[in-house]
Amino acid sequence: MITENTIPLFVALPLAGAFLTVLLKRIKGIPDTFGVMASIGTFVMSVFTVLQLETGQKIICNIGNWGGFQEVLGKIVGIQLVVDGLTAFMLVVVNLIAFLVAVYSVNYMTRYTEKWQFYSLFLLMLAGMNGVLITGDMFNLFVFVEIASIASYALVAFGTGKRELEASFKYAVMGGIASLLILLGVIFLYSYTGTLNMADMTLILAGRDHPALLYFVFALFLTGFGLKAALVPFHAWLPDAHPSAPAPISAMLSGVLIKALGVYVIARVFYNLFGFPHEVSLILMTLGAISMGVGALVALRQWDLKRLLAYSSISQVGFIMLGLGIGTPLAVLGAIFHLFNHSMFKSLLFLDSGAIEYAAHTRDLKEMGGLAKKMPITNGSSIIGAMSLAGIPPFAGFWSKLIIIVAAVQASHMKLAAWAVLMSIVTIAYVLKAIRFAFLGELKEKFANISEVPVLMRVSLIILALVCLFGGLLLVPDLRNGFLGNAVEVLTRVSGV
Amino acid sequence: MDAYLPYILCLVLFCIGIYAVISKRNIIKIIIGVIIAEYAVNLFLILVAYRAGGRSPIFSSTQEILPEAMVDPLPHALVLTSIVIGLATTAFLIALAVRLYGKYGTFDISRMRELRG
Repeated sequence: MITENTIPLFVALPLAGAFLTVLLKRIKGIPDTFGVMASIGTFVMSVFTVLQLETGQKIICNIGNWGGFQEVLGKIVGIQLVVDGLTAFMLVVVNLIAFLVAVYSVNYMTRYTEKWQFYSLFLLMLAGMNGVLITGDMFNLFVFVEIASIASYALVAFGTGKRELEASFKYAVMGGIASLLILLGVIFLYSYTGTLNMADMTLILAGRDHPALLYFVFALFLTGFGLKAALVPFHAWLPDAHPSAPAPISAMLSGVLIKALGVYVIARVFYNLFGFPHEVSLILMTLGAISMGVGALVALRQWDLKRLLAYSSISQVGFIMLGLGIGTPLAVLGAIFHLFNHSMFKSLLFLDSGAIEYAAHTRDLKEMGGLAKKMPITNGSSIIGAMSLAGIPPFAGFWSKLIIIVAAVQASHMKLAAWAVLMSIVTIAYVLKAIRFAFLGELKEKFANISEVPVLMRVSLIILALVCLFGGLLLVPDLRNGFLGNAVEVLTRVSGV
Repeated sequence: MDAYLPYILCLVLFCIGIYAVISKRNIIKIIIGVIIAEYAVNLFLILVAYRAGGRSPIFSSTQEILPEAMVDPLPHALVLTSIVIGLATTAFLIALAVRLYGKYGTFDISRMRELRG
């Protein structure tokens, strides 16, 4: 089963898939096969990891043969890979979406040429994200962030049209600056603690006061990872980059990339490494509230379906950050659960927008209309995803938003709770706008002979729709303890809240 | 003061890079700004490893050398990785610049306004 020796496979499998795809690109069907096989392999492994992992347990893998040095020097040498509850949870989310997106792309990417480039970049991005999740070493974290980011810059530019190139340039420059700030923060931490291992660093930092230097590191990390997570003052690249990518990649970027590189790392670093200082809690709550508002209000006036969804991502990441900022165990549960739900419904909605683009060749809401009759599965899954996003009971999104709002009330942040409720209502408004203009109303004449998308695309849509529909069941106590509970436990135990 | 001078120069270099990224309109100049900022960070990584009077981190069988007398070797290994990553980013940005020039016939970022709203 999953032992310390199989953990590196989370990175090695997609990485091998990426390079073999490039080598064997001339054989027909190879890119599809490798893309799907590698992502289903990591997904199955991540499920086994969750089933096997007990509360509070960690699986640690020492990379390279540094064991002898470790005993002599009495400290950790070399890179450690660590799988704990939070990592296992994130691995399931990332690899599930990656697998479904890979299946969806088999049909969808026939619109583009050079499918092998798409799959090799896609697998590289997956390898980078899995690496970020399992690594226990600060510099290694930076390296994996860069692998995932550079692959995603290239994927945003995949269409090589004017828009795609411009969006990718913007994204690459801002992402590059973010990476530099992250590296600078890592160097400061290294020079202060003398180690790069996160577990060691936690011990050393817990034993000392917080000098001004650490606050500078907080600022660097908040800016750097905030840029990757698209929190509001740093969000400018997202509404350009996410819609410009091919639809499956938009689903990956909005669904998991901003969470694996942004939200997850912010949670990991500020909760586990720094013990969740009070100042950071305030900043996260403020940024979360601003993101929620700006994202939702700007989404209201968008007419490009994918752009509307991209702004909605900013708003929903705001909800997650609000939960993390409040920091009580209930709020963290809400944030983690909302992260899961947002991955599912936002990927579903982006894949649906891709299905519409595939069939009707448009992204403009004003040109659509009446597609419900022609595309019943796309219509049904879109409505389920949209209701989950809007927070209508009994869909999964309702429960996570409810938990966050209840947690805000419990922690006596009444204004934030009211603001979250208000922004949920705005969310319903822009979701209804998208559904109304895309699927309801009269069928336009030019769409008279469009048909439903191919079968593999439908499979992905249906699976994601089912997850959105029944996701609320994860809150049933038995399921909650094994999956969400373990992740929450990792964050709340160390920070002592 | 002298001890801090390299760090201050490093900060100045970083700020020059960020300034170029923010204020320049030419794509190539923006890319150069990114590169300058990147090298400032790499330089800082090396400065962290420096120890006054330190020697190269090689143990010897003939004479006793304490680890405290050596410069820190780890950042030297890290900076290599960092430079390689920087190379990848730069190569990608330049490839993008070439494609952008092909589409727009200019390097001026203010004339590329396909994305609005």
